[in-house]
Amino acid sequence: MSDPSAPVPVVRIRGLRKSFGANRVLDAIDLDVARGEVVVVIGPSGSGKTTLLRCINLLEPYDDGSVQVDGVEVGFRAGADGTRRRRGERELTGIRADIGMVFQLFNLFPHLTARENVMLGLRKVRGLPEAEARGRADQWLTRVGLSDKLDSYPSQLSGGQQQRVGIARAVAMDPKVLLLDEITSALDPELVGEVLTVVQELARDGMTMVVVTHEMTFARDVGSRIVFMDGGRIQVEGTPRDVLAATTHERLRAFLARIELRHHETR
Amino acid sequence: MDLALRSLPFLWGGLLVTLHVSLLVVTFSLAAGVLLGVGIAYGPRWLYWPIRFYSDFFRGVPLLVLIFFVYYGLPAARINLTSFAAAVLALSAFKTAHVIEIVRGAIQSIPRGQTDAGKAIGLTFRQRFQYVVAPQAVRRFLPPWINAVVDTVKGSALVSLVGIVDLMLAIQQVIGRTYVPMPMYVLGALMYFAINYSLSLTSRRLEARFAYIRE
Repeated sequence: MSDPSAPVPVVRIRGLRKSFGANRVLDAIDLDVARGEVVVVIGPSGSGKTTLLRCINLLEPYDDGSVQVDGVEVGFRAGADGTRRRRGERELTGIRADIGMVFQLFNLFPHLTARENVMLGLRKVRGLPEAEARGRADQWLTRVGLSDKLDSYPSQLSGGQQQRVGIARAVAMDPKVLLLDEITSALDPELVGEVLTVVQELARDGMTMVVVTHEMTFARDVGSRIVFMDGGRIQVEGTPRDVLAATTHERLRAFLARIELRHHETR
Repeated sequence: MDLALRSLPFLWGGLLVTLHVSLLVVTFSLAAGVLLGVGIAYGPRWLYWPIRFYSDFFRGVPLLVLIFFVYYGLPAARINLTSFAAAVLALSAFKTAHVIEIVRGAIQSIPRGQTDAGKAIGLTFRQRFQYVVAPQAVRRFLPPWINAVVDTVKGSALVSLVGIVDLMLAIQQVIGRTYVPMPMYVLGALMYFAINYSLSLTSRRLEARFAYIRE
């Protein structure tokens, strides 16, 4: 851990650009995430928010610009002659281990129990001994309310339970930042609450997070800052109150209206 | 009935040859097929295309043509193999192509999200393969592979055509001497069935053993 009083952000993104073929998905993104901050990214589908998240741990390589996590450039390393080279697989794995990610479709390992899902990274990446990894896995699974499901396979768990295993698997690695990619979008409405409660507790404990979500209530209550993306650019950025209430921005207002409408329809 | 009993030791010998050929072919094709299958799933272009060509070619040629080619064709290139070696080589080359496709299919059927999740917790490529992809791929590999093994046992009957006295040829020789085809063919069919049915049973037991949930 570096000095918390130092103003170095945990995530620092500058001029980030990414295209899929001719389609520019991210266009000159600048974003800082300070320690303990919860940055909520909202925007219509196709606006680039998931891609932005996936660039932070380099599940997607980016074309141009810079992504730094805790001061380390994620996608590139400086070559001897000052040019940038893409990092090799081996260097990347070390960086990724410090960046937690929770997925929309959980992506639990179906052949492993809840406990083994959490233990895999602790054993193979962190190199913890069996007993210690098991202890930490059980501790986190208990914290997300699954102390009675330690030996269950993902197929024996509800969506909400699976996603809580997903969260435990990510936070057990003790990441510097946690990336949440629409983690409640695939859940039945009545299961959304149990997952968001867990995230809320993590936020209260000071976990740094970048959250892509359509849950506006969550964004308002938990977010330190809201970022509205559209067309691969950050259009509006500010405190939840500013972004959600005083909207003079045309596209943001249209987006919020659509979300609001959908929200009422599901009620 | 008496005839069937008296021919049994001879048929038994044939059965052992059939099993011997099948076992060798299954072993060789499994080893080569897994290696090349992983190569085609993950390998670079220069590795992909030769394997792709191999697999498409050998799956596209009738097995009998392959056997005849190896047995009659290779001596022209001054490679002289015994009929046994030639038959095993041809069958293995053929089966390898199928195993390649089964391995490739099993690996590529594992959802992309599994690899993403492995990357996200910092697993290296080798670790992702070893702990995430392979254990799941094995489960998808087993059922079609057992089918391929059953196919191998049945297909091995073709080696009788280059003079190897396997179960098939043993049956025909007994018929040639006794002129009672039906009981012999029925007996032979039962023996093939016995092998393959026990394989299927083994397969079911393996699948249950490898199921995600053990009760």
